[in-house]
Amino acid sequence: MADLRTNLAGIKSPNPFWLASAPPTNSGYQIMKAFDAGWGGAVWKTLGVPVVNVSSRYGAVNYRDNRMVGFNNIELITDRPLADNLREISEVKKRFPEHAVIASLMVETREEWHQIVRDVENAGADGIELNFGCPHGMCERGMGSAVGQEPKVLQTIVEWVKEVAKVPVITKLTPNISDITRPARAARAGGSDAISLINTIQSVVGVDLDTFVPMPNVDGKSTNGGYCGPAVKPIALNMLKNCAQDSQVGIPISGIGGVENWRDAAEFILLGASSVQVCTAVMHYGFGIIRDLKSGLERYMDEKGFKTLDDFRGKALPNIVHWEDLNLKYKVVAEINADKCIGCQLCYTACEDGAHQAIGLSSDPLIRIPSIIEENCVGCNLCSIVCPVEDCITMERRDDGKEYLTWGDRTRAGNIPKTFDDELAGGRHHWVPEPADALTKKKPRHYKG
Amino acid sequence: MAEYKPPTSEAEFAANFSPKKPLMSDTEAYYESSRCLYCYDAPCITACPTGIDIPLFIRQINSDNKDGAAKTIYESNWMGHACGNVCPTEELCEGACVYNHSDVKPIEIGRLQAHATTVVIRSKKKLFRTGKDTGKKIAVIGAGPAGISAACELRMLGHAVDIFEAKAKPSGLCVYGVAPYKLTNEEALDEVAYLQEQFGFTVQYNKPINGRMDFEKLEKGYDAIFIGIGLGSTSALGIPGEDKQGVIGALEFVEELRMNHHKTPIGKKVIVLGGGNTAMDAASESCRMGADSVVIAYRRGPEEMGAYSFEFDLAKKSGAKALFNVTPVEVMGNGSVTGVKFIRNKAAYGKIEAIPGSEFVEPCDMVLLGTGQGKQVELLEQISGVKLEHKSRILDDRGRLVVNEQYQTNNPKYFAAGDAVNGGVEVVNAAAEAKKAAHGIDQYLKR
Repeated sequence: MADLRTNLAGIKSPNPFWLASAPPTNSGYQIMKAFDAGWGGAVWKTLGVPVVNVSSRYGAVNYRDNRMVGFNNIELITDRPLADNLREISEVKKRFPEHAVIASLMVETREEWHQIVRDVENAGADGIELNFGCPHGMCERGMGSAVGQEPKVLQTIVEWVKEVAKVPVITKLTPNISDITRPARAARAGGSDAISLINTIQSVVGVDLDTFVPMPNVDGKSTNGGYCGPAVKPIALNMLKNCAQDSQVGIPISGIGGVENWRDAAEFILLGASSVQVCTAVMHYGFGIIRDLKSGLERYMDEKGFKTLDDFRGKALPNIVHWEDLNLKYKVVAEINADKCIGCQLCYTACEDGAHQAIGLSSDPLIRIPSIIEENCVGCNLCSIVCPVEDCITMERRDDGKEYLTWGDRTRAGNIPKTFDDELAGGRHHWVPEPADALTKKKPRHYKG
Repeated sequence: MAEYKPPTSEAEFAANFSPKKPLMSDTEAYYESSRCLYCYDAPCITACPTGIDIPLFIRQINSDNKDGAAKTIYESNWMGHACGNVCPTEELCEGACVYNHSDVKPIEIGRLQAHATTVVIRSKKKLFRTGKDTGKKIAVIGAGPAGISAACELRMLGHAVDIFEAKAKPSGLCVYGVAPYKLTNEEALDEVAYLQEQFGFTVQYNKPINGRMDFEKLEKGYDAIFIGIGLGSTSALGIPGEDKQGVIGALEFVEELRMNHHKTPIGKKVIVLGGGNTAMDAASESCRMGADSVVIAYRRGPEEMGAYSFEFDLAKKSGAKALFNVTPVEVMGNGSVTGVKFIRNKAAYGKIEAIPGSEFVEPCDMVLLGTGQGKQVELLEQISGVKLEHKSRILDDRGRLVVNEQYQTNNPKYFAAGDAVNGGVEVVNAAAEAKKAAHGIDQYLKR
């Protein structure tokens, strides 16, 4: 049976599923409820000098009938007095000594940092997370992402914290930066025990077409918010990979960004995360999703023979290389399984208009199953991605697997295109239709104009 | 049986005849439209006789452009709302949905269509501008689906249109002949009113065209004449006793039902003769009116019925039973009907053959004849210029108007579409044909 126990830089929890510092961790009530439901840890809603929040705080991106594929907020750190939060931290720890309670903190001066670190440690927090990520409201006051975007400032504050901290310190990073490894290295240089990423991405989630006000609307005005939810997962995974592969970062990572189910969590762990933090999915579906997260990850680990999280942490990292190290001799082409094809022809139109005109239709309109024109197929995957039927279009390998030649190899051998009309251009010998053929191509009868 | 109690009030009638395809809410339409794959050269379009760009209007619903969705629908089909409700979508667009090839429910295209059209009909949003006035005038005979469709299209082309309707209301079988659980009178009439409002054709009600003199008057007053008169009343069976009280045409029964709702008289034991869609409707409706027993009697086997299988299924689900391979030979009774004498048949070389001595009487107190509508042969033969030679006849051997590809009859001034031409199919066919006929008229007038 898989062992989900987690240890991130000394912070222990019964499983790697933590609630991220956010509205679900606003109170001891919520965190007790979450622990009771099965969550392994919680990062308390950021503590500091309490704020005043606005009414109307969230906006969302819905894709067709899917709600909240992206989510943004303009809420600030806690608006509750520190004393109330500290009392509740103690209560939670007394009731759940095995669970991880991490205090997220955001203050300004060295003295404030020292004071609040001591306060939360005295209350019983198992760790501290430094909120250098919040990209709205607090950054304009020189906190949050304003710190995360300045590696030197970040390092200094980490050092201040480490002057007094006895529990492990996690530095939470903002993705609103071009190279995530710079603040990550600064965190390590300052003595941080771990990092967590990503915080939310600066965003405007949409504009109301009638009022001309973006969402969320606060009395006719809006402001940029922090974007999160399933849509940000790819950005988070990339930044996680960048930090996990960087030997100069080299400290444990808590992964955050769009985790909704166990599959997402497994992906974060495969790219090097020691724990994962979840917020949007809980704000959407409640604490109950922990049942799927735990049972799914356990089943996956059992099936793969992973006994502990260490057995597969970072297992995907060696498989992400630079583009120049990819094998140019590898060749796949699409294959359509006629038995599964339902005849929507989305692959046809996607390839025809969006790729390489490598899919043909029968001249008999009653035959709806398209066919691959293999010599035109570059193996881009687009058709297999748009196909609505599982495993109907598959990408089949056509090279013999014996050759391995990368762009790097070719560069070193001087075997790359160098002039605009170079004979070595990759597309030079690939068929491309004549431009005017577009105008004589048969159109469906209802396409007007 | 008696799953349905006889309705005694409008509310009970409405409950028994609750819509088969209820109007979608905004939420349901949003979720359903989200499922559409937006197929390339979609099979649903090909399956639609009017060729509505279905994936486009579904996408327009999904992006909250319902006026645009309605416009897409009406551009192809002036009976867009009626068709969304009454079309046999299982056999047409929804039957062609590619989801049928996977294990996924096809998109509810008909209901989405009715949703989009309802939005503009209710908001009275004007979507179309009539064409530049050509100075030509067209007379349209019949304000049914064919006549209304032709009128709209002719107005788009800039021709003035006057419609002459024999009955008191427009919309033809949509009001007088469709089962009430498919389309309500209000819906059908609202759509015609909506179209009339933006196209400005006139309709003269209770103005039947009765014969040669009327035709000649129209010929004098108009540049062209469109015939959309549909079919006539239910054909007689030609068996003894069918004039007995309690024997009525299925179509006439539906008409009364559409007008009088729960006040329509219904028998306790109803026999419906026929295997077509009208027979199935009459059977379903008799059940919903609270008849104790409803029996569909058909000369051949179930697989040979003209009705769509889903219509037979609906009749069965409503509580009707069926007798197959029986031919009615006499309606029994003394003044009022008390039963139908049948003889059993067997199939022999594709034909049916009566089995001697197999007669039996099925008791009943009402007989509905779902045996097809007659053609309006006598009337149509009054059209002047009709030659008797076979090639230039106005009607074919089965009483249908003969038309060319432009839906022009053998009297060049007359065009025709709908049931009078195709012998009786769906509303959607009438809409498709009438649109083509309007363009045929336009071409004819330009010559």
